[in-house]
Amino acid sequence: MDTREKNIEQLKDYKYGFSTEIENIRAPKGLNEDVIKFISNIKKEPKWMLDFRLNAFERFKKLKEPDWQKPKYPKINYQDLYYYSAPKSVSDKPKNLDELDPKLLETYKKLGIPLQEQARLNGIAVDAVFDSVSVATTFKDELTKHGIIFCSMSEAIQKYPDLVKKYLGTVIPTTDHFFATLNSAVFTDGSFVYIPEGIKCPMELSTYFRINASETGQFERTLIIADKGSYVSYLEGCTAPMRDENQLHAANVELIALDDAEIKYSTVQNWYPGDENGKGGIYNFVTKRGLCKGKNSKISWTQVETGSAITWKYPSCILKGDNSIGEFYSIAITNNHQKADTGTKMIHLGKNTKSKIISKGISAGFSDMTYRGLVDINSKAKNSSNYTQCDSLLMGNKCGAHTVPYIKNKNYDSNIAHEATTSKISEEQLHYCQQRGLNPEEAVGLIVNGFCKEVLQQLPMEFAVEAQKLVGISLEGSVG
Amino acid sequence: MTEKIKIDFEKTLKNSAFSEKDIEFKMKYLNKFIESGLPNRKLENWKFSDLSQIIQKNIGELSFYNDYSIQNKVDTSIFVDGLEHNKIIFINGRVEKIDFSYEDHNKVKIDDHFEFRAESDNNNSLLSLNNAFTNKCFRITIKKDYSLKKPLVIYHTTNNKIKSKNINLKLEFELEQNSSLRIIDLLKDESVNNFINIFYNFNLKENAILKNYKIDKILNKNIRYLFNNIEQQSNSVSETFILSSGSNFSKNEVNCNLNGEYSSAFVNGIFSLDNEQQHEIRTIINHLVENTKSYQLIKSVLGKNAKSAYQGKIFVDSKAQKTDGYQLSKAILLDETSEFNAKPELEIYADDVKCSHGSASGSLDENTIFYLMSRGLNYKQSKELLINGFLLDVIEKITDPEIKNLVKNMIGFKE
Repeated sequence: MDTREKNIEQLKDYKYGFSTEIENIRAPKGLNEDVIKFISNIKKEPKWMLDFRLNAFERFKKLKEPDWQKPKYPKINYQDLYYYSAPKSVSDKPKNLDELDPKLLETYKKLGIPLQEQARLNGIAVDAVFDSVSVATTFKDELTKHGIIFCSMSEAIQKYPDLVKKYLGTVIPTTDHFFATLNSAVFTDGSFVYIPEGIKCPMELSTYFRINASETGQFERTLIIADKGSYVSYLEGCTAPMRDENQLHAANVELIALDDAEIKYSTVQNWYPGDENGKGGIYNFVTKRGLCKGKNSKISWTQVETGSAITWKYPSCILKGDNSIGEFYSIAITNNHQKADTGTKMIHLGKNTKSKIISKGISAGFSDMTYRGLVDINSKAKNSSNYTQCDSLLMGNKCGAHTVPYIKNKNYDSNIAHEATTSKISEEQLHYCQQRGLNPEEAVGLIVNGFCKEVLQQLPMEFAVEAQKLVGISLEGSVG
Repeated sequence: MTEKIKIDFEKTLKNSAFSEKDIEFKMKYLNKFIESGLPNRKLENWKFSDLSQIIQKNIGELSFYNDYSIQNKVDTSIFVDGLEHNKIIFINGRVEKIDFSYEDHNKVKIDDHFEFRAESDNNNSLLSLNNAFTNKCFRITIKKDYSLKKPLVIYHTTNNKIKSKNINLKLEFELEQNSSLRIIDLLKDESVNNFINIFYNFNLKENAILKNYKIDKILNKNIRYLFNNIEQQSNSVSETFILSSGSNFSKNEVNCNLNGEYSSAFVNGIFSLDNEQQHEIRTIINHLVENTKSYQLIKSVLGKNAKSAYQGKIFVDSKAQKTDGYQLSKAILLDETSEFNAKPELEIYADDVKCSHGSASGSLDENTIFYLMSRGLNYKQSKELLINGFLLDVIEKITDPEIKNLVKNMIGFKE
């Protein structure tokens, strides 16, 4: 066996599929006001936060679960879930990493996320979220020097209530759709980032999400605020153990960019996708929305979606400030019985706003992939433009690839261009590569990586390497 | 509305001679329609144009009863000049004349009474409405190996005797092996504020060729829905051209099932709208077997407060390898208040296919206008030249030279 084959052998299975035996504190099963009060209480939240949650819950009770999406799933019993689960050892948050449960550190080591700062990887500050709580944030001192706030959401509610109060729920209001409202009621933790005026964040910020406990839903909430003239690049990664049940992950992510600020948000999503027969896996129903509030602001989403049994999300940009820019780069890969319905929304409200959408979908096995997007140019958004390109690649005739773009142009000054293609890897390309000594799998890998290159280029270096590998692994065994 | 429609339905039955079987069939569809009502925004297909609301706003209460016993006088001045043609004339929803005098009568069969076929799918409430209220449905069969010598012009006319009425029409066409048929639908209205619901069913056998040109050119205040269902066997070709410009509101739907290998479907359309007009084209092309082809081109020119929408779907079954599907929609917005919506959709389950779609919308390019003006045209002329060029592209797609010229003359592009 040469090294490459060995690597493949190792990678063939979902390598993050282990679970950690760790003592948990859980909220009682079910969804009701008491559980919400329990969550709020255990996090020692102020009254306004509890009110925020209860308000959302009131609203939630009136909402109906949406069913217009392409991938259908069996009904979720929302009363049969634990809404809060935390490792016992962090119920009083450790002062430093030495106090952390060694088992937790071990888990993150296995995941390849170094929480020890000395083992730092090219200077990335990490916030690790385990089930419902944030367990550790690294590089705090370095960041504090620049006035940057990077901490868990719970900590931010305690320490920076004014900032949280001012911005939380302004992009995704509690009155939004079913899953977003559910999140507003029961969210447990997540990351909070504030970049002060004029600061360029000196390192990549990163959050690593891990679902460990069974029968839990993960509801994290992330809020990133880039003040005037600042810049931040934020990475997000996710894994979960292999379990036969389907687990729900319904996060809310809000981004706010003020005048001249730029936020770059990258995701490598590798939740457990279920086994090859489609049993188990994560339901990834996430709401991500960015608001370009100020002039000349920019928000850029990059996502590599390889995991989850069902991915259902549309990272969006609301381009409110004049001259603001929204970008969306996506690779979505589905294999076996995975299903994805993903895309973006670009809502142009300000003058001279620009948006760009590049989406690459690859489906193999029995999977089903949908790109669904909205480009909406408002009548006030003079001189705006949008460019959309979505390409799909099919491998085999048991899978599906669909494109459903909605295009609304209410402004005669603005231009929208949309292109989409669907094809398979051509025999000629394969033949050409094989003629030059690549085996069929390598050839496909090369061609797929080329197909995705436009998006991979957008990822920060460290992630790009991981993403490229993931692309290869996800399609393992689908060639032939 | 429910009470009204029931009373009108009773009245319709009393004044017509339907068989018991027909009545049973009609009852079924009436109940189906009452259950779902007029389509509204909540339905995905009607997202861009809420028919229920539009009827409410423009017509108010609809009346469903039509007296088909009175004959209307056919006004011969409406006939197309300079083109010999066969005719079907509808006046206020009543068939006044069917004339195939140019053709061999053994080769064209006209049935005015046959068993109504239940439409297979369908949650389309407007088809239910159509089934419940159509007075007479004709089936025209073109026999094997026969090509109609002259095109068939179907005149859809209304006069000022009707107002706030719902009119339902239905025609069936059977094209047997190797036959061919050219149809021009001409819409001519003198009435205002009616809702006209037209349903065509085409059945194309092997090697049959169908060309359907729908011309809605003359300004009128009616609300119109036209549905073409086309079933195609192998090697058959269908061509649909839609000029969508005259009615106040219009929605054209084309549903095409490519059931046989090497069959192909072409849909081309023009929206030329102004002054509060709202039009939509929705196409569904189902590629169900190998080696089928579809091509769609839709262009819009939108003036003040005009709104157009294009929803196009290409469906490729997992059996339908080697499918070639193409879709392009373009729009020019001339005014601050014009609006263009599109939903070009691909649903693909086979891997060896070539499918693509494109959509672009924007204003006229100022640089190009500048170029033309620097060569001596004035602003208005330059603009017209550009718009004409933009639309001519679609008209050039018409494969029948005789009809291409006719359409050009109608729109004002003289050769």
